[in-house]
Amino acid sequence: MTTLTMGKALNAALDRALADDPKTLLMGEDIGRLGGVFRITDGLQARYGADRVVDTPLAEAGIVGTAVGLAYRGYRPVVEIQFDGFVYPAFDQIVCQVAKLHYRSNGRVRMPLTIRMPWAGGVGAAEHHSESPEAYFAHTAGLRVVVPSTPQDAYTMMRQAVASDDPVVFFEPKRLYHVAGEVDLDAPLADAAPLGVARVVRPGTDVTVVTYGGLVPVALDTAAAADAEGVSLEVIDLRSLSPFDLDTVAASVRRTGRLVVAHEAAGEAGLGAEIVARVVETCFDALRAGPVRVTGYDIPYPPARLEAHHVPDLDRILDGVDHVLGRPSSFSAVTR
Amino acid sequence: MVYTLAPVTAPVDSVEDVARLLSPDGTRLPDRHLDAWVADVDPPALRGLYRDMAVLRRVDAEGVALQRQGQLGLWPPCRGQEATQIGSARAMRREDFAFTSYRELGVFLTRGATPADVVLTWRGETHSSMDPAQVGVAIPQIIIGAQTVHAVGYAMGIQRDGAEAASMAYFGDGAMSEGDVGEAMVFAATFAAPVVFLCTNNQWAISEPVSLQSRIPLSRRAPGYGIPSIRVDGNDVLACLAATRWALDRARTGAGPAFIEAVTYRMGPHTTSDDPTRYRDAAELAFWEQRDPLARVEAHLRAIGEFDDVFRDEVAAAADELCGAVRTACLDARTPEPLTMLDDVYAEPHPALDLQRERLGAYLASFADDGEARA
Repeated sequence: MTTLTMGKALNAALDRALADDPKTLLMGEDIGRLGGVFRITDGLQARYGADRVVDTPLAEAGIVGTAVGLAYRGYRPVVEIQFDGFVYPAFDQIVCQVAKLHYRSNGRVRMPLTIRMPWAGGVGAAEHHSESPEAYFAHTAGLRVVVPSTPQDAYTMMRQAVASDDPVVFFEPKRLYHVAGEVDLDAPLADAAPLGVARVVRPGTDVTVVTYGGLVPVALDTAAAADAEGVSLEVIDLRSLSPFDLDTVAASVRRTGRLVVAHEAAGEAGLGAEIVARVVETCFDALRAGPVRVTGYDIPYPPARLEAHHVPDLDRILDGVDHVLGRPSSFSAVTR
Repeated sequence: MVYTLAPVTAPVDSVEDVARLLSPDGTRLPDRHLDAWVADVDPPALRGLYRDMAVLRRVDAEGVALQRQGQLGLWPPCRGQEATQIGSARAMRREDFAFTSYRELGVFLTRGATPADVVLTWRGETHSSMDPAQVGVAIPQIIIGAQTVHAVGYAMGIQRDGAEAASMAYFGDGAMSEGDVGEAMVFAATFAAPVVFLCTNNQWAISEPVSLQSRIPLSRRAPGYGIPSIRVDGNDVLACLAATRWALDRARTGAGPAFIEAVTYRMGPHTTSDDPTRYRDAAELAFWEQRDPLARVEAHLRAIGEFDDVFRDEVAAAADELCGAVRTACLDARTPEPLTMLDDVYAEPHPALDLQRERLGAYLASFADDGEARA
């Protein structure tokens, strides 16, 4: 065991992936000499050379599109999109090419790409630097979408993503980049929970709180606060958004009878809507209250000085918890 | 530094402003750049190029007929572009790899596509039946220009493998307006990737003329990215063969990418759903009829005493045979079982999709029970 920040854990995972497989290569803007704007690829170009850690032109469709061609040739590219809000120029390549080529070729062409990007807000960034585009990708068949919330998961899940024969969109919660935690660098991948499995990070009995990424620590803080009030929250870290682990979520809801889903992406047509719908479809009988979503508002990401009001925090998640417990809340105050 | 203050006033140069080795009347013309690249093309080889083009034309016509008969949902005709497709594809070697649009039927056939490969996709039985690893052609692309970046990435892989091979990116004049093609050229030039860009300028992107896409000949754009280019007569199979050999040789030997603009004409509609009489005039068609890619090779072969009735019949028989096989593959096609549409979305298991497979299976099985009950 060693203590690493999530950023260092990701660096260690990429280092390991490059060392293990000569067909793995990294591509992106500023990832070489600079080591990436968040230094996630720090030192890797010096170690593996400019052919393995490739500084590319500033062209997102070009980065993803050339990675598609490399995958055709048997390579396993890991591309960095510099920020969440910069992924849109590559959207066609991701949803029409990366996601579909395995299907369009009847399984003959593999697209084992990992598409990494610093993701979501909470760090006071400029416009286009705090977005949560996960629903676009989770909606696209053929892609896997994952978000770690701990350094250990960041390390393990990155290695699993690179090893996967499916394309993986790997969101890195930028507000957790500098949060440290214990990481076992030598734990065999075979022993780790598979990509796609959620984790109950705190057991509880009264309300299930489902979230992912940067809101996992917030949900844990919320659970501690609720506990002080005598309310027991079960907190689930989804880890994988597509597929999402319905079994773990449903099993929890069957125990608690109440569900709150929290994410900072806009609520409309977001992941929360999918999770609530699937829970209602599969365990309506176990629900003791209508599920609630606590999300970012249906607005473009606001200016940094206002983001604390947009991103769900402890109090807003507690407000959602109050609602599913039948207590007064902002949800019950305004109903229509 | 000021490069020019003179605005470009002519939208595009004349279609006659091209390198060519065979004139429209079949006269062999010298070209100091291209001649050496086809010095080995003797009369039997020339007859082979003619045969390929003639067979391609017949298969293309068969596709149109099958669509008109309701056997295919759609067909993208390539009549008029036979020289561009056959000339360039014949320049490729086995180890080279092509990334194409949907219209490169001649490239597919040259690379080894089967009769079923020709029709199953347009019939709607499968998204693609061709095996890229077998034929050396990627899954044909409908998104305009998207394949060009893939070709560059594949070429970057060739570089890393230290292989003596190249990739070919086929796209049209319309694709030159797409961002992906610009990004492909940036990446290709930056990394000196062994890729050949072959722009089939067939003058029309559905109803939009090339003059709407560009103020300058498309081949002039490539040097701006640092990529040498050549503009050839796309209806001249020898010129297309020579230019592609030149470009592939450069790529294979580490000199980097090259760009070819093959100036040709799409004689038919964009697809069988299109009606070009709404946007093209008869005089333009008549002009291009005089520049037919097959007629000029035939004229040339006749002039050198290499085209006779025996050869004509032999070519017709080869075309008949392939068309028969294509028609049979079309009419014998069996639609896959419904459950197969859920296959291959992922390479690894996906629980949500597994659940949907179970549900669809149960739903389909419920009809089977009904059938048994009625029987």
